Amino acid sequence: MTGYLIRRVLAAVPVMVVVALFVFLLLRLTPGDPAAIIAGDMATPEQLERIRGQLGLNEPIYVQFVTWSMQLLTGDFGTSLISQTPVTTLIGQRLEPTVSLALMTILLSVLIAVPMGVVAAWRHGTWIDNIVMSASVLGFSIPVFVIGYIFIQIFAIEFKLLPVQGFRSIFNGFGGFLERAILPSLSLASIYIALIARMTRASMLDVLGEDYVRTARAKGLGENIVLFRHALRNAAVPIMTVIGTGFALMISGVVVTESVFNIPGLGRLTVDAILARDYPVIQGLILFTSGLYVLINLLIDLSYAFLDPRIRY
Amino acid sequence: MAINLDKHAEPALERRGRRPALRIGRFGPAAILAGLCLLAITLVAVLAAWLAPHDPIQMNPSNRLKPASDAFLLGTDAYGRDLLSRILYGARISLTVGIGAAVVSVAIGLPLGLASGFFRVLDGILMRVMDGLMAIPSVLLAIAVVSLTGASLWTVLVAITIPEIPRVVRLVRAVVLSAREEPYVEAAIAVGSSLPKIMWRHLMPNTMAPLIVQGTYICASAILTESILSFLGAGIGTETPSWGNIMSEGRAYFQLKPSLIFWPGLLLSVCILSINLLGDAARDMLDPRLKQRGGPR
Amino acid sequence: MRPEPLQASFLNRAVRKSLLASLVALTAAVAVPAGAQDLKAVMHSGIRVLDPIITTAHITRNHGYMIYDTLLGVDENMKPQPQMASWTVSDDGLVYSFTLRDGLKWHDGQPVTAEDCVASLKRWADRDGGGQMLMRSTRSIEAKDAKTIVLTLSEPFAYVIELIAKPSAVPAFMMPKRMAGTPSTEAIKEHVGSGPFRFVESAFQPGVRIVYEKNKDYMPRSEPASWTAGGKVVKVDTVEWVTMPDAQTAINALNSGEIDFIEQPQIDLLPLLTSNDELEVGVLNTLGYQTMGRVNFLYPPFDNPKIRRAALMAMKQEDVLGALVGNPDYYSVCGAMYGCGTPLGTDAGAGTLLTGGDPAGAKALLKEAGYDGTPVVLMQPTDVTTVSPQPVVAAQLLRNAGFTVDLQPMDWQTLVTRRASQAKPSEGGWNMFFTNWVIPEVWNPIVNPMLNGGGRKAAWFGWPDDPKLEELRKAFVTVKTDGERKAIAADIQKHAYETVNYIPLGQYVPPAAWSKSLSGLMKSPITTFWNIAKAE
Repeated sequence: MTGYLIRRVLAAVPVMVVVALFVFLLLRLTPGDPAAIIAGDMATPEQLERIRGQLGLNEPIYVQFVTWSMQLLTGDFGTSLISQTPVTTLIGQRLEPTVSLALMTILLSVLIAVPMGVVAAWRHGTWIDNIVMSASVLGFSIPVFVIGYIFIQIFAIEFKLLPVQGFRSIFNGFGGFLERAILPSLSLASIYIALIARMTRASMLDVLGEDYVRTARAKGLGENIVLFRHALRNAAVPIMTVIGTGFALMISGVVVTESVFNIPGLGRLTVDAILARDYPVIQGLILFTSGLYVLINLLIDLSYAFLDPRIRY
Repeated sequence: MAINLDKHAEPALERRGRRPALRIGRFGPAAILAGLCLLAITLVAVLAAWLAPHDPIQMNPSNRLKPASDAFLLGTDAYGRDLLSRILYGARISLTVGIGAAVVSVAIGLPLGLASGFFRVLDGILMRVMDGLMAIPSVLLAIAVVSLTGASLWTVLVAITIPEIPRVVRLVRAVVLSAREEPYVEAAIAVGSSLPKIMWRHLMPNTMAPLIVQGTYICASAILTESILSFLGAGIGTETPSWGNIMSEGRAYFQLKPSLIFWPGLLLSVCILSINLLGDAARDMLDPRLKQRGGPR
Repeated sequence: MRPEPLQASFLNRAVRKSLLASLVALTAAVAVPAGAQDLKAVMHSGIRVLDPIITTAHITRNHGYMIYDTLLGVDENMKPQPQMASWTVSDDGLVYSFTLRDGLKWHDGQPVTAEDCVASLKRWADRDGGGQMLMRSTRSIEAKDAKTIVLTLSEPFAYVIELIAKPSAVPAFMMPKRMAGTPSTEAIKEHVGSGPFRFVESAFQPGVRIVYEKNKDYMPRSEPASWTAGGKVVKVDTVEWVTMPDAQTAINALNSGEIDFIEQPQIDLLPLLTSNDELEVGVLNTLGYQTMGRVNFLYPPFDNPKIRRAALMAMKQEDVLGALVGNPDYYSVCGAMYGCGTPLGTDAGAGTLLTGGDPAGAKALLKEAGYDGTPVVLMQPTDVTTVSPQPVVAAQLLRNAGFTVDLQPMDWQTLVTRRASQAKPSEGGWNMFFTNWVIPEVWNPIVNPMLNGGGRKAAWFGWPDDPKLEELRKAFVTVKTDGERKAIAADIQKHAYETVNYIPLGQYVPPAAWSKSLSGLMKSPITTFWNIAKAE
C-alpha cells in the first residue's frame, strides 16, 4: 500500500511539470502586451517601453521560465499585474464561494442522482427506467447557462422565491447562503446528476447480477436491504470515479455558473484574468486547478482501496 | 468527454442476455428521431442561404429588439438583425466546430495512439504529456487559447480540439495494447510482417468502431464548448452568427426578450441531444467488443 | 514528491486565508452599529487598480475622488475653484502660488504639507499628457513653506489652473510624499489620502468589491458642493461598490433593494426599472460621453488624407448612436470635438457629420483617391457593451461607401494592447478603432488626447505627424483672453477635421438609477458620493 502510494504521488510530478511548461509557453508565445494594459488610455510609446522593462518582459523567454519556476517551487505564485495583489491572496479570497458551490453541487447531485439510478436499475426496462435515462441524456445536452437562465426566470423573476444572484458566506447564516446557492448548484448539478444517475444504474445492474446479491435475495432479505446495503455499496466506486473525472466538467461549469449568478469565485477570477491578460493570475489559476484535479484523482484512486474490497495493491 | 463513463458497466446487460430487445426498445425510436433532427439541422446549415428570410449580418439600428412579427418571425436582436436568419446560419458554425473537432482530434490522436501503443519508448513520454494536457480543465484551456490568440473559427476549433486529443490517444492506445495480445497480431509480428502493414491491416480496423463512437461524443462536447466560449465572450466574433454568440449577446436583454436565449438554446440542446443519442446507438450497434473491455477509458 | 506537499500546504494556507476573511467579514458585519448608513452601489466596472495616477480607468479615477483630494476643483460652470488650496498668479503670468487651507490631514493623522503636494504634482505631471505639456514650460515647482507651493514657468503657459483642476481622466490627486515618491511607472503600495472617505483595506477584493468609510477628520469647505469643488460633506457611514458584470443582475438587485445605486444601467433595460415606484432614473452626468473613431495614419489606406475624408463622410452618427444607446432621449448628434455644451464647443468643420453622412460623396472620393480595395482592419471589442456596437455599425457604413472591411472581434484588453502596436495592419497592427471619452477629457485642445500631432513618438494611437496642429496648440496655451482661446480652438478643430485627425460619432448621456431612499445626488461628470444621504 505504501509503495503504491509513493508510486502514485511520484507519477503526479511529471504531469504537473507538463502543465507548468504548457501554461507558460501558451501565455508567453501568444501576442499580448501586459505593459499596454497597465499603461492605459493615454500612454505614449516611451511610457510603454519603460513599463515593459520593469516587468522583465524584455528578458529572454527561457530566463523568464527559469525565474518563474524557481518562484513556484518556493510557493510564490507571483503578483497580479493589474491589482498588484499576490496571486495566492486572490485565490484565497475567491476560494470559499467556489468550494461551497462545488460541494453543494456534489451533495445535491448524489442526493438526487443515486436514488434515480437505483430506481432505474431496480425497475429496469420499465417506463421509469426510460424516463430516468432520457432525462439524464437531456441533462448533459443542455448548456449550463441555459439551465441557469431558465431557473432564474422561473424561480427568481416569475415567482420571486429566491434572489436572482449573489453569494453569501455560509458563516454569515445558513439561510442566506442556501437561498443564493441553491439555483447555481442545481444548474451546475444537471450534468453531474445525469452522469451519476447513469453510472449508478449501470453499476447497480452489474452488481444485481452478482452471486452474493442473488444469495442475499435467496436468503429472503427485503428488497430494500438488498438494494441499499449490498448493491449500492458496491456501486460507490464508479460513482467516485465520476466525481473525480467530472472535476474538469465541474470547473468549466463553475466558470459559466459564476458568471450567470454573479458569484465572486475562482471561475469569475479566471475569466476576468484572461480578459485582462493578467498573466501571473492565469498561470496561477490553471496550475492550481490542474493540481487540484491531480490531487482529487489521486485521493479517489486511493479511496478505491477502502471502498472496494476486490481492489488490492 | 466524461460522458462515455457510463458505458463502464454495460457488460452486465450483455451477460444477462436481455440486451437486444432492450436496446431496440429504448434506442430504436429515439435514435431514429435523433437522426431525423440531426438531418434537419444539417439541411438547415447547408441551405441557410436559401432558407433565411434576411441577411443575418445586415443591421438596422431603427429595428432593434423588435418582437416577433410577419417581417421578422422571431423578432430582431440588439443590432436590429433578424433573429431567425441568425439562428439558421448559426447551425453552420455549430456543426462545423463539432465535426471539425471530431475529425481533427481523431486525425491527430490516432497516429499518436498507435505509436504510443506500439513503441514502449514513446509511450512513457507521450502518456505523460497527455496526462498533463488532460489535467488542465478544457474550458479554461480553450478560453485561454482563444482570448490569447485572437478570435476566429480556426482558433476556436484548435482550442476545442486540443483537450480532446488525449482522450483519443488513450482510447487508441488501449485498443492497440489489447490487440497486440491477440494471436493473429502476435502471429503477424512473428512472421515479420512490416510495421506499417501490421498497423494498417491489424490494428487500425480494431480502433475504428470505438473511434466512431468517441467521435460522436467529441462532436457533441465540441458544440457545447463552442457555445460556452461564445457565451463567455471568447468565441467567434459577433458578425458570424453562432448559437453561442447569439445567446451571449442576448443575455443582456434576457428579461426583455427571452427568445434571444430560448430559441438558440433549444436548437443547441436538441442538436447535442441528437448527437449523444446517435452516439449511444452507434456504440450498441458497432461494437459489442468494446463493451466487454469496459468502454473507451 | 515535491509539488504535491507544496500544493497541499498552499491549499491549507489558502483555506485558512479565506476562513479568516470570512471571519473578518462576520465581525465587521457585527461591529457596524444599528442604524448605520451603508450605501451600496454598482459602478460601471469592477476596480482592480488603486493608483489613480498610473491608470486612466474611470473607475480608478472615481476611487481617487473618494479617498484623495485635489488642490483645485471644477464647479458646474466648468470654472476652476479652490479645493485644498487657493491660488494667486503673478502679474507677468509666470509664477503661480498655491496656499493650502487649514486643517488638512492625511488619513494616518499627519498634516498635509506643501512638500507632499509638490511630490504629488510631479508624479502626476510625469504620467498625465497635459501635465507633461505643462512641465515642458515649467522651470520649477517648490514648497516655499509648509503651506505654500510655488510653480514657476519658463515661458508663458496660460492653462496651469485648468490642468491642475481638471477632473478627468487623471486628476492631480494629492498624496503623502512617501507615496508620491513612487516612480510613476510603478503602482503605489499604500492608499492614504486626505479625501472625504477612507479606504477599508481589509474588505477590498479586486474586481469584486471595495469599501469606503467616512473620514471623520475631514474638514469640508464651506461652499456648497458643485462637481469637484465646494464642500465634500459625507452623509453616510460607508460606501460599498460591488461589481456585477451582468447588467440585468444589477437591475434585479436594485429592484429588490439589495443595492441603492447603479452608475450606468444599460439603457435598453430601463423599462425593467421604471415600473418600480421606489426607484428613480435620471441623468447625473449631464455632459456625458463622446464616442469616436480613430484611424491609423501610418499605413494604407488611411495614410491617404482623401481616403480618411471618405471614411468620415461615410459615417452616420445616428446609426452609431442608435445601436449604442438606442433611446434618442439619451443621445445627440454632435460635431464638436470639444463636446457639445462646453465653453469651447463648436461645429466648425464638422461638415457631413451633422447632416447624416454622405455615402455617395464618400464613394466618389474613394474612386478619386484611387482606393485599391486594401482591407480596413477594424478592431471590435466584444466584451464591453459601451464600445462593441460602434465598429459593427461603422463596418457596415464603410462597406456601403465602397470600403473593404475586415472586422476583427477581440476583447477590450486585446484591443488596448493591439492599438499600441505600430506594426502593419496585416502583421498585428490595425487601421481603425473606437472608444469613448467623458467630455472633460476632450473639452480643450490640451487635454484632448487625439489632438496631438507628435507622430510615431509622441502622438496618441494612430500617430498623426502634424506640425501645424502642434503650432496651433502652442498658440492656444499662450493667448490670454477667452475670446482668443475660442478662436484658436475653433481653428484647431477645423484643421483637425481637414486632416481627419479623428471622427467624433456623437454625444450621449448615460442615465443612472437609484433608490428613492437616497437624496442629494449631484449632477456631475464624475460620480461622487459626498452630499448623498440615505434615509432608512
